[in-house]
Amino acid sequence: MKIIKTAVAGTMESSDIMITLSPAAEGISIDLDSTVKEQFGGQICAVIRETLQKMGITAAEVSAVDKGALDCTVKARTEAAALRAGDTQADWEGLP
Amino acid sequence: MNNQARKGFPQGDFSWAGLPALYGPYVPAPDAKSPDRMAQHKQEQNKILGSLEEAVRLSGLRDGMTISFHHHFRNGDYVVNMVLDKLAEMGFRDLTLAASSLSAVHDSLIRHIQSGLIRRIETSGLRGRLAKAVSRGLMDIPVIFRSHGGRAYAIETGELKIDVAFLGAPSCDPSGNANGYARDGEGIFCGSLGYAKVDAAYASKVIVLTSHIVPYPNAPFGIPENDVDYIVEVDEIGDPAGIMTGATRFTQNPKELLIAKTAANVIEASGRFYNGFSLQTGTGGASLAVSRFLREKMLAKGITASFALGGITGSMVEMHEEGLIKKLLDVQSFDLRAAESLKNNHFHQQISASYYASPGNPGTAVNQLDVVVLSALEVDIAFNVNVLTGSDGVIRGAIGGHSDTAAGANIAIVTVPLIRGRIPSIVSNVGTVVTPGCTVDVVVTDQGTAVNPVRKDLIERLAAAGIPLCSIEELQRKAEAVVGKPEPIRFTDQVVGVVAYRDNRVIDVIRAVHA
Repeated sequence: MKIIKTAVAGTMESSDIMITLSPAAEGISIDLDSTVKEQFGGQICAVIRETLQKMGITAAEVSAVDKGALDCTVKARTEAAALRAGDTQADWEGLP
Repeated sequence: MNNQARKGFPQGDFSWAGLPALYGPYVPAPDAKSPDRMAQHKQEQNKILGSLEEAVRLSGLRDGMTISFHHHFRNGDYVVNMVLDKLAEMGFRDLTLAASSLSAVHDSLIRHIQSGLIRRIETSGLRGRLAKAVSRGLMDIPVIFRSHGGRAYAIETGELKIDVAFLGAPSCDPSGNANGYARDGEGIFCGSLGYAKVDAAYASKVIVLTSHIVPYPNAPFGIPENDVDYIVEVDEIGDPAGIMTGATRFTQNPKELLIAKTAANVIEASGRFYNGFSLQTGTGGASLAVSRFLREKMLAKGITASFALGGITGSMVEMHEEGLIKKLLDVQSFDLRAAESLKNNHFHQQISASYYASPGNPGTAVNQLDVVVLSALEVDIAFNVNVLTGSDGVIRGAIGGHSDTAAGANIAIVTVPLIRGRIPSIVSNVGTVVTPGCTVDVVVTDQGTAVNPVRKDLIERLAAAGIPLCSIEELQRKAEAVVGKPEPIRFTDQVVGVVAYRDNRVIDVIRAVHA
């Protein structure tokens, strides 16, 4: 999948993360702002990166504002943002 | 002929009888009741001075001395900032500020620390920008954190010697009888002056700042006139909205309600829920809500409590007025409802921090507690509790009476959600030990309840009552399974805080975080 436009998923509520994906020439760059950056910043970035890679995305600019989201939330918000920003029509009801 | 001559007693000299400390024969003063003498009395009764500056000058304050403040005005306090601005203007330096606690409203201290006015701080806690700045190494000398009881003890033993106390009082008469409310109903309210009472009794000089001078005698009073040297009338000493809310609200959070309900069940089954039991609850969501569930159990079983202690809230007052709690011992009134009750209810007693929790006072009220319900930022698998530093290592709280009540109460229950957002509350090692695990008996979370293994009696009782228990290690693993393993926080070598246990011994230190 290729990121062709900017799209957002998530909120700024406590325990949520807001992921903004934008097109990039190459590579995945992540700008993370998190209330738990010291303790979980590395883990959050790893989950975002892994989620994008599994979707076949190799180039994206990621801006993430995290309010203490768990890994499952980080993954879900990243997937949703990618499906909104990507070049393929998402099968929202058929998601694994 | 007077009796001295008639009986021939030897010029007041009783050294032959081992009584040398007598001052010679009494000679009546001819002007004992003269108009001049009476006028002098009248004048001496009036301790009101023209300005704060005059009071500071008369107090003999010098560079390097220790000044103190109370925190009964919480985040509505104007006194600390007002006094420090004046002391800065007068050119003082290197003072030690010993406050019973500090709030976010005291961020301007940063400026006074940088300028050299304040060299050292003692407090129960720090919040806001000041706390962050201290955690990043603002001060050359570490802040000493003491519990409320520990501070009283340090003052009583002379380890914390206060040169000049600046005490804000919502009402004061010209002789210095000061109180946290006024009988005439005017002015601002803070209720109990419990923490200020110790400063007033032990400081070398005591300056009362008030916005409301009332006629003598301002009875009942929190601080008696004999403890007060000077009085300064100012326009405002605090912002009522920041001092307290109308009534501390009960939580609507289902997680906290579940914790509170479980804690009430624990109390009921603990063997300490009997007619005449005593309790203290904190003001945190779950610990405050415990009283609601306890109330139902008390009504159902037809039992009443002999007293409730500590920071008193509106919910305690309601149970008192309902007849469910016989007496209220109030070191700090947490809301307007509590402050009004202190004024109106005969058996709502204002107590000092020493009476409340000093380890030097054998009858101290915390030692007479059956149950205390406390909050926490973190608890570790040795039951140690941290209420001072956040999971990022930055100072963000206050000790309060945490370690005092945990040590004194027969059963100390810590209520805490297993995780907050992504932050685990049950951890392998707390960032800062404030209350030692040997004084903590039960930890109640929304995901399980753990009893300190040393309390075999409690484990038996709770198990017999059908309360599901697990080990503290299980809780820690559960939390980690959900949030993952946090990376360790990076600290520098600089010590920015020293945590004193209630007996003045050091229980932990706080290091600076990387900026």
